[in-house]
Amino acid sequence: MAPETRGILPLADLQRLLDTLHIRGYRIAGPTVRDGAVMWETISQISDLPIGWRDHQEPGRYRLEQTGSAEIFGVVHGPQSLKPFAFAPREPLLQIKRAQGGFSAHPELPEPEKVAVIGARACDLAGLAIQDQIFLNSSYQDPYYAVRREELFVIAVNCTRALPTCFCASMDTGPRAKNGFDLALTEIDNQLVLEAGSEAGSDLLSALSLPLASHNVIGEAAARVEACARSQVRRLDHTRLPQALYDAYEHPRWDDVAARCLACANCTMVCPTCFCHTVEETPDLTGQQTEHARLWDSCFTQEHGYIHGKNVRPTIKDRYRMWITHKLASWIDQFGTSGCVGCGRCITWCPVGIDLTEELPALLASDGRQSAKSTSGNT
Amino acid sequence: MINPYLIHPATIVEKIQEAEDIHTYRLRLNDEDARRNFRFTAGQFNMVYLFGVGEVAISIVSDPDEPERLDHTIRAVGRVTSAIGQLRAGDTVGIRGPFGQGWPLEDAHGHDIVIATGGLGCAPVVGAIEYIFRRRREYGSVKIIHGVKTPRDLLYHERFETWRRQPDTEVLLASDRPDETWRYHVGVVTELFERVPINAAKTLVLMCGPEIMMRLGVPILMGRGIPATAVYVSLERHMECGIGLCGHCQMGPYFLCKDGPVMRYDRVEPWLGRTGV
Repeated sequence: MAPETRGILPLADLQRLLDTLHIRGYRIAGPTVRDGAVMWETISQISDLPIGWRDHQEPGRYRLEQTGSAEIFGVVHGPQSLKPFAFAPREPLLQIKRAQGGFSAHPELPEPEKVAVIGARACDLAGLAIQDQIFLNSSYQDPYYAVRREELFVIAVNCTRALPTCFCASMDTGPRAKNGFDLALTEIDNQLVLEAGSEAGSDLLSALSLPLASHNVIGEAAARVEACARSQVRRLDHTRLPQALYDAYEHPRWDDVAARCLACANCTMVCPTCFCHTVEETPDLTGQQTEHARLWDSCFTQEHGYIHGKNVRPTIKDRYRMWITHKLASWIDQFGTSGCVGCGRCITWCPVGIDLTEELPALLASDGRQSAKSTSGNT
Repeated sequence: MINPYLIHPATIVEKIQEAEDIHTYRLRLNDEDARRNFRFTAGQFNMVYLFGVGEVAISIVSDPDEPERLDHTIRAVGRVTSAIGQLRAGDTVGIRGPFGQGWPLEDAHGHDIVIATGGLGCAPVVGAIEYIFRRRREYGSVKIIHGVKTPRDLLYHERFETWRRQPDTEVLLASDRPDETWRYHVGVVTELFERVPINAAKTLVLMCGPEIMMRLGVPILMGRGIPATAVYVSLERHMECGIGLCGHCQMGPYFLCKDGPVMRYDRVEPWLGRTGV
């Protein structure tokens, strides 16, 4: 990256960045503390951001702690990835009206909106890139996703602290934001090192006319991100995938994990890449008009595998196997990449703490018993 | 960008009763441009929509050479299909499609064709049979094998009789619970796979019906020398979008709505034998 695409900004001056985005017509979405977790909300002030907060994540556990520091991006992530920004949890597709001799259907594309997200992590960028491929580069393009994606400005934050649930380093997706962002920030010692990753990002950076970051500061920022990568205690060995997981179809471990899984679908809702959706039909009270909308679905629901009176995946075992086999194996055949970006959300938000970095080696163990306890890294 | 979710109104021109809860709906797109531009291949499907209720994936059973007439055979069994069952000629439904990969009928030129079906599974091959008979000389012998539980389950009676009269064509029917009127084979349909005369080296098989029939039946044909690469099966899964995006229709690495529903047997063989996938 050329030197002019990097700058340095004291934390207190972050407001200038927010103001510049506002002036350019962006709605800014940033992490905010809500109901004990961090959620994306519309923000305008630095004070809206989770200053001094840190998150603690473990299998089945998420807690926020106020440290009293001035740190702005101390929370690694909440349950939401970037997914809801382009793949809306509920997207009206068509308004269908009764008309002379039948009906007429009218596409209801979302209003184009300039949205700048600040605080995306490298794993989130990787998730967004995968969703782009699914919705924009498959046989059919999704026009609804395209509208929302078009004017999304992504400000990433490089991670300098890993959670016990993080394993992006082993998935080659983080913790440094390599591409897919407009701006990337690294927060060190009350200042932010900024790096542009796109033309729009460079443009914004020049508008801020920041002092150039010194080589020392850039080196220090890189070293902290590197250290974050090395500190990760979980990893996922995906070298034998997809075939090894296809071959594990009858492994006894499926029964073991199925006995713990509640089929609650949390893992799929928080996953940055899960894209299953269903369509619901909502007629109005007059019966003259009906809304045809899609909403996120999950392979853990009973309806997911339904065909005319039967369910092809009737048991929780079938559904857990479907999820993990798709995520880690068939995804590679379908899209050329793993469906897992190593964010660890499915581990944290699983109410019973099922950990796919523990399940995968157990499922691939040839003796059929749980193996590789060392990969669980539960400290 | 084309909106693949747009639904086009179509009128039910005719509703033909096939069995107690099964009807064939002859549909005609209302919009003239949509109607004129609609092209499909045998084995593809449409998403059929009912106002205020929803969509369901249904194969097109009519002749691909007459694309302005779209026949769909529907059994009233689920939420959407039961509501469609209440409709009459003149009513309006919606169509989105056509979707998926049909039968490889052009590659099949010069081959003998074995069409093996069971139950309502026969619907996706009807268009293929019509296509072949319109070009009868381009294909070798045609064997149509169809199995039903009871004689009452036999749909398309008249069509089977018409097909039977085509040159170099044999129709073989099986019922494992026949009544006294049944003049054909008694037993399960896969027994016919063992005895139907075939020239394995030049035969192409088109199969649809229950997966159990495929799992048990294809190995019989393969045992008689037909390679797995010459067998095509039409598979069924939950389909909501038709465009490979909603995720429901997966079978192993495939999205059956987009990569299928017609799949070459060797590609899906590892998945067909597994339950719960």
